[in-house]
Amino acid sequence: MVSPTPPESTGGVASPQGSPRSIHDVVIRLAGNSQDGIQSVGGFLARLAGRSDQDIMTYMTIPSTISGGPSIFQVRMGTGDILSAGDRADMLVAFYQHSYDAHLSSLRPGGVLIYDSDHVKPDPADNRFTAVGVPITTGTVEAVGGTAKDKGKNIYTLGLIARIFDLDVGKLTALIKERFGGKNEDIVRNAMLAFDAGYAWPQNNLRDLFYRFSAIDRPNLSTGRPQVTLDGNSAIAYGLIAAGVRHGAGYPITPWSSIMETLRAELPKYGGLFVQCEDEIAAVSTALGFSYTGRLAITGSSGPGLSLKMEALGWAVMAEMPLIVVNVQRGGPSTGMPTNVEQSDLMQAIYGSHGDAPRVVLAPKNVEDCFYIAIEAARIAREYSTPVLILTDMGLSSRIEAFDEPDLPNLLVSPEPDLSERPTDFKPYPLDRVTRHAPAGARLASGKYPTVTGLEHDEMGHPTGSPKLHQQMTAKRREKLKALAAALPAPELTGDSTGEVLIVTWGSNWGPAREALVRIRKAGVKAGHMHLRHVHPLPNGLEQTFGRFEKVVVAELNDEGVYGFGQFAMMLRARYAMPRIVSVTKTDGLTFKVSEIVAGVAGHIENPALHASVGAASHSALAVPAA
Amino acid sequence: MSSAASVLPAPAPSSVTPVPVAPLSKKSLTADHPTWCPGCGDFAVLASFYRVLEKLQYPHEKIVTFAGIGCSSRFPYFVNTHGGHFIHGRSLPFAAGISLGSDDLHVFVFGGDGDGFSIGGNHLVHTARKNVRLTYVIMDNSVYGLTKKQTSPTSPVGFKTKTDPTGAIDQPINPMRTLLNSGATFVARTHATQVNHMVEMMLRAAKHDGFSVVEILSECVEFYEGAFDAAVPRKGGKWATIEEKKNDGTPEDALRHDPRDEVAAFKLALQPWPGVFGVFYENNERKTKNALEAELSAKARERTKGAGDLALLQATFAKLR
Repeated sequence: MVSPTPPESTGGVASPQGSPRSIHDVVIRLAGNSQDGIQSVGGFLARLAGRSDQDIMTYMTIPSTISGGPSIFQVRMGTGDILSAGDRADMLVAFYQHSYDAHLSSLRPGGVLIYDSDHVKPDPADNRFTAVGVPITTGTVEAVGGTAKDKGKNIYTLGLIARIFDLDVGKLTALIKERFGGKNEDIVRNAMLAFDAGYAWPQNNLRDLFYRFSAIDRPNLSTGRPQVTLDGNSAIAYGLIAAGVRHGAGYPITPWSSIMETLRAELPKYGGLFVQCEDEIAAVSTALGFSYTGRLAITGSSGPGLSLKMEALGWAVMAEMPLIVVNVQRGGPSTGMPTNVEQSDLMQAIYGSHGDAPRVVLAPKNVEDCFYIAIEAARIAREYSTPVLILTDMGLSSRIEAFDEPDLPNLLVSPEPDLSERPTDFKPYPLDRVTRHAPAGARLASGKYPTVTGLEHDEMGHPTGSPKLHQQMTAKRREKLKALAAALPAPELTGDSTGEVLIVTWGSNWGPAREALVRIRKAGVKAGHMHLRHVHPLPNGLEQTFGRFEKVVVAELNDEGVYGFGQFAMMLRARYAMPRIVSVTKTDGLTFKVSEIVAGVAGHIENPALHASVGAASHSALAVPAA
Repeated sequence: MSSAASVLPAPAPSSVTPVPVAPLSKKSLTADHPTWCPGCGDFAVLASFYRVLEKLQYPHEKIVTFAGIGCSSRFPYFVNTHGGHFIHGRSLPFAAGISLGSDDLHVFVFGGDGDGFSIGGNHLVHTARKNVRLTYVIMDNSVYGLTKKQTSPTSPVGFKTKTDPTGAIDQPINPMRTLLNSGATFVARTHATQVNHMVEMMLRAAKHDGFSVVEILSECVEFYEGAFDAAVPRKGGKWATIEEKKNDGTPEDALRHDPRDEVAAFKLALQPWPGVFGVFYENNERKTKNALEAELSAKARERTKGAGDLALLQATFAKLR
């Protein structure tokens, strides 16, 4: 069993001197191989944060190979709002020589390097960091014994981190027991032995390097509900369930698959159904079939799969069939960088397909928003009888965040298909109103049954070649999106409401941009940040905000293209024809670092103070003060 | 978010006049006038389908007629039921969504050889494999008619088209063999000139609990005249139907076809052109996907003791704390 309070100092070679130093937040990067279970360490820390006052954000890379290969998990935890995964690490835990070699450059000057002294030989001349060799492998083997070999290194490391950062051992122990409790007793016991050994090591071997997170003060932020900890894909799946979506269909593709896995397991409990189809086209088709029976359905994919669904999406626009399409973006085109992040599907989401096919595109800003945007997507799809795309990304899909549990009793809806008899004057496609379908199974009092079709049609859904009707129906499909635009809330605007520069973001760049704004304003620049969750149609009135800033810098994770602008920047320039709209882009497959956005903004404005701040290296908060 | 009512108001509810439920008749089932060419085999299929629905007398609102793209796929416009017209080749997965989403509907899908065997070939295989409960009628004319005479997946070798002016060179699909191989649980073949046989096949297909397919040889008089004359007696052809086992113990019964016998069905499928007509295969043992999914859902609800939606979702979030 773990001892909640570590054994008293034995007066050995080294023991903690003085009290732990207070820190605001820390970025810990664990680097090993994919089979080492370092993701589960991140998971434990994330869930611990969810149960404590600390906020948390994680960042993970997984190899796109099937098993094995280097893997990292980065976790940032700290006091107050944590908005990004952190640019560089304050602590690197290197399990192998290759982990050390590949990730040492991610460590901030003054940071702490913890390496497995059984596997890693650090450069003795490198004095930029505090290097601590810990016999992680032998320590684990000795603690666990038996045939477990070095399995449990991850939990040993968790113990190490728990001691160094003074984490709540009682809560961590409870989490370990919950995690392994379903398995046999030996596994729980071995995990606790590894944890205790890791926890004891710093006490007996470290003189310094003990920290404690500063006390939290955010009385007004809490809803009074407990925190929950989950990744973006799970948040979307549960958001859809809360929105009463009970049917769906999909085809496996990374990083979308976990949404369909969750829904396949969950929906039958709610009397629903998620079908794994033979291909992407069948998936969108089956989902549309569900919607046709009055049961709003979800399909989804990642970039290449979305391309395959485009023809059917065109049908959904023409037939005005409600549908939710989730696209978890990854690096493209083609198979591209399937386990990296990119926002390069924006144009495809808005303008892909053939013909004039206006549809709604939403993008969540963080993991919590994945839940709420799914609910909003369902509401819009039903209210406007339209396909709605949710553009999330690889970064959000696997990132774990803690947030206040949603107010489920007030959010949950469970609508049934409206099979009531339709009156004699019923028309599915009235020119002067929003389309409301009579789903299959509903009686028509007129005895005349409607058709849904991809052909241009009249108000009853029957095909027409009338040039006038095509023009009127095209306008009808466009006008409902304009009606939605008029009903959208104003986008989130932080910082100055007028000034030198407005940073504009969409999707998962929200967090790093918010932090970048703080740095930019600290350098004396009058700056604001606007974040758009509704990327198509755009809310009305953006041009007034844009007009109050000298430069509007759109930061997004895609290429500047042939004309020098990222996809969203291109769209905003086309929409508002304002030359002040400029672009910051990158395509390295990684989320934005705060410093990259700051540097990008600095590149567009003349401000010496900001330029000076860009190059300044930041020292790790963990740095041991000079004696 | 507020409703867009100011711009596009949602329809206001108006009073519903109850209409007495009359039996389904050709009159109540007729919708738009068919756009097919005069003499097209598809007219007879449509007339037969009205007769099938008249015999079945399903509640009008529970019938769904769906199709993909092609001449024959215009079918749903001519039948006054719920229905529609999807994209090329994908009517089966769409119809699977209808069938699996709403188990009390009677789903009929119509299409041609290009829709079913070419662009939609993958979906045919998988809808058969999964045994989704619906009836699929393939109106095979062995040519692309709507696009004006290109080679189709069932065009015979040597048939001259705009894409094969010197004659088709690729081996055509054998529809019966393909369907049997894919695991369809009801496989039948008929001819648009044989109305009574066509009605019988469609009727049996509709009553089958599973994925039922009827291939109807339906001549395109415009682009492939005489394609199926080999099976039309008045054109000098031979109309050969499958005699099904009666299990009456007579010696001649031993020679009759048992539709449960998959190997025998394959042998029938391999007979030389124009082959035989009737029910090749019928499997009433294999469960439908509809039933299997319903079992999964019932088991899941048993495990969760029939908890309501809110209780289920709250329990999930409690585990995420």
